[in-house]
Amino acid sequence: MATREVISNGNELAALAAKDAGCRFFGGYPITPSSEIMHEMSDLMPEVGGACIQMEDEIAGVAAAIGAGMSGVRTMTATSGPGISLKAENLGLAQMTEVPLVVVNVMRGGPSTGLPTRVSQGDVAQAKNPSHGDYKSITLCAGSLSECYTETVRAFNLADRFMQPVFVLLDETLGHMHGKAMLPTEEEVAAVIVPRKTFEGPAEEYFPYECESDQPAVLNPMFKGYRYHFTGLHHDKRGFPTEEIETCRKLIQRLEDKVELHKDELESYEEFNTDDAEILLVAYGSVSLAAKEAIRHLRAEGIKAGLFRPITLWPSPAEKMKELADRIPKVLCVELNIGQYRDEVQRATGRLDIDGLFKVNGRPISPYEIVNKVKEL
Amino acid sequence: MAFNYENYLRLEKMPTLWCWGCGDGVILKTFVRAIDSLGINKDDICLVSGIGCSGRFSSYVDFNTVHTTHGRTIAFATGIKLANPTKHVICVAGDGDALAIGGNHTIHGCRRNIDITFIIINNFIYGLTNSQTSPTTPQGMWTVSQQAGNIDPTFNTCNLAIASGASFVARETVNDPKKLEKAMVKALEHKGFSLLEVLSNCHINLGRKNKMNSAIENLNWIDSITVSKKKYDTMTQEEQTNLLPTGILKQDTEAAEYCDMYAEVIKVHQGKRKTITQDDFKKKI
Repeated sequence: MATREVISNGNELAALAAKDAGCRFFGGYPITPSSEIMHEMSDLMPEVGGACIQMEDEIAGVAAAIGAGMSGVRTMTATSGPGISLKAENLGLAQMTEVPLVVVNVMRGGPSTGLPTRVSQGDVAQAKNPSHGDYKSITLCAGSLSECYTETVRAFNLADRFMQPVFVLLDETLGHMHGKAMLPTEEEVAAVIVPRKTFEGPAEEYFPYECESDQPAVLNPMFKGYRYHFTGLHHDKRGFPTEEIETCRKLIQRLEDKVELHKDELESYEEFNTDDAEILLVAYGSVSLAAKEAIRHLRAEGIKAGLFRPITLWPSPAEKMKELADRIPKVLCVELNIGQYRDEVQRATGRLDIDGLFKVNGRPISPYEIVNKVKEL
Repeated sequence: MAFNYENYLRLEKMPTLWCWGCGDGVILKTFVRAIDSLGINKDDICLVSGIGCSGRFSSYVDFNTVHTTHGRTIAFATGIKLANPTKHVICVAGDGDALAIGGNHTIHGCRRNIDITFIIINNFIYGLTNSQTSPTTPQGMWTVSQQAGNIDPTFNTCNLAIASGASFVARETVNDPKKLEKAMVKALEHKGFSLLEVLSNCHINLGRKNKMNSAIENLNWIDSITVSKKKYDTMTQEEQTNLLPTGILKQDTEAAEYCDMYAEVIKVHQGKRKTITQDDFKKKI
């Protein structure tokens, strides 16, 4: 792998990854700092015979993308925090109807309009539960330009494997950071694409939502002779509305369990200098780049610091975090929010003495701020 | 020979959840007859509905069917259609769904002129949720959310659609299913965004509190507020007040359809034609 060298930015790499991963539909709406993804998709989709449409609002952007996904096409939308807030209800519909979809969120300062052109990681908690009701979010977080590409490719496969929306979190720094990225070739990507499962038997034996209690729905493409029903209501094995007690319970429990019981397929993280670490930094996204730089400086001064970087944020790599926190005396979460992921680190590790270096003024965290903070501990 | 509805309906879902005497049943049967007369393959149709009584429409017809979130039918349908331009995409929504929460999608669907048929069932009220004011509830009627009498001005659905750029706009009522069926056929045949407003009764949640205690009284009221376009056009402005014309109100077969235009976009990006310029649209300005 990693044989294609490109100069690009995170937003464009996410779009390129989508095209290479077989995405053929994009529905979106302009929003800073993610718009470049739509700009790229408006070029890339028609090139390969797909479609990209700028809809009338964020809600319609995700609705069009889900509609295309319902019909069987690999599909994506991209936005930033306010857009996710608007899309939330339809993301819930995609969870409930089990329609695969990739949602890229290039995070900017919030809440509300916040700091549109500046960096933040304020949507980490939102990504866990954007819509009402019970379901399990799958959220990936790129930590480099290369990962803006590779995590987007992975998101498409996971969306089809788990039949639900998958978030790819970028942040304004990564989205707009221009630089060299080493990418797998198109052929290498094509070789790892696993499309959604389909049912091949006779239509009268097809029940899209009749599946094992820990498995996703099997949704055939539309217009192929398997006529069934999508609804956001609680539904039966054929997709029709029902209030039957046991069917309702099983459905929602399955939405939880199809992810919860297969966390091993989702887990992804990076450890950097953790073997002998006496202080553990936890950072993700663009902040992890500053954290690595800080660790190099700290180590040069004899301070044994290491980094744990979750790549799959939700479901969290809880066991791995506990294992590290059980043996490393000091843990410091470095985030561009006020500890949204520290809550999860505390939950996972059972430790309430997790320190934090948090910044919410729209500016990146510099390596020196991290170095200074570590020295204070 | 009696018409065979069974081929198109999901009989195991019958009886419908609609109240006795509801116009939705008339529209459902009329719709099925229209599809049959056009001979469209069931597999080639996707029917998208929203939330409300009309939202259940999608459960009852044996096509590819989608029951979406409140107001978003056109947005979902746009994705389905643009990804599958050769297929038939049909939306069904109520007046609250299409004109209040989904008003933005309705006008932009019209503007794009994408080849979707949009049937708006206008019963002048939020029926499913028990009589709240909708954008078409006549002023002065009682609603549960405006118990002193509704003061909100109304939308004229068809005028809105015409102004927004839909290339086919028609209005019919459930009082005359044969005329309604013809209008549905025309709407379905039309290439481009076709909007058909069907005036329907809700004697349960509009009628009972507004001196229309039965379906018949509600239907008679619909009769009293409608007049054929032909007759409407001969009336003075004063005579036209509070009347809604029925029939085909707009039909433009020349307007460029969105998927066709997008096919040109694909050609540009695949190097098969030059960039699209203002000259390509000169006739339309």
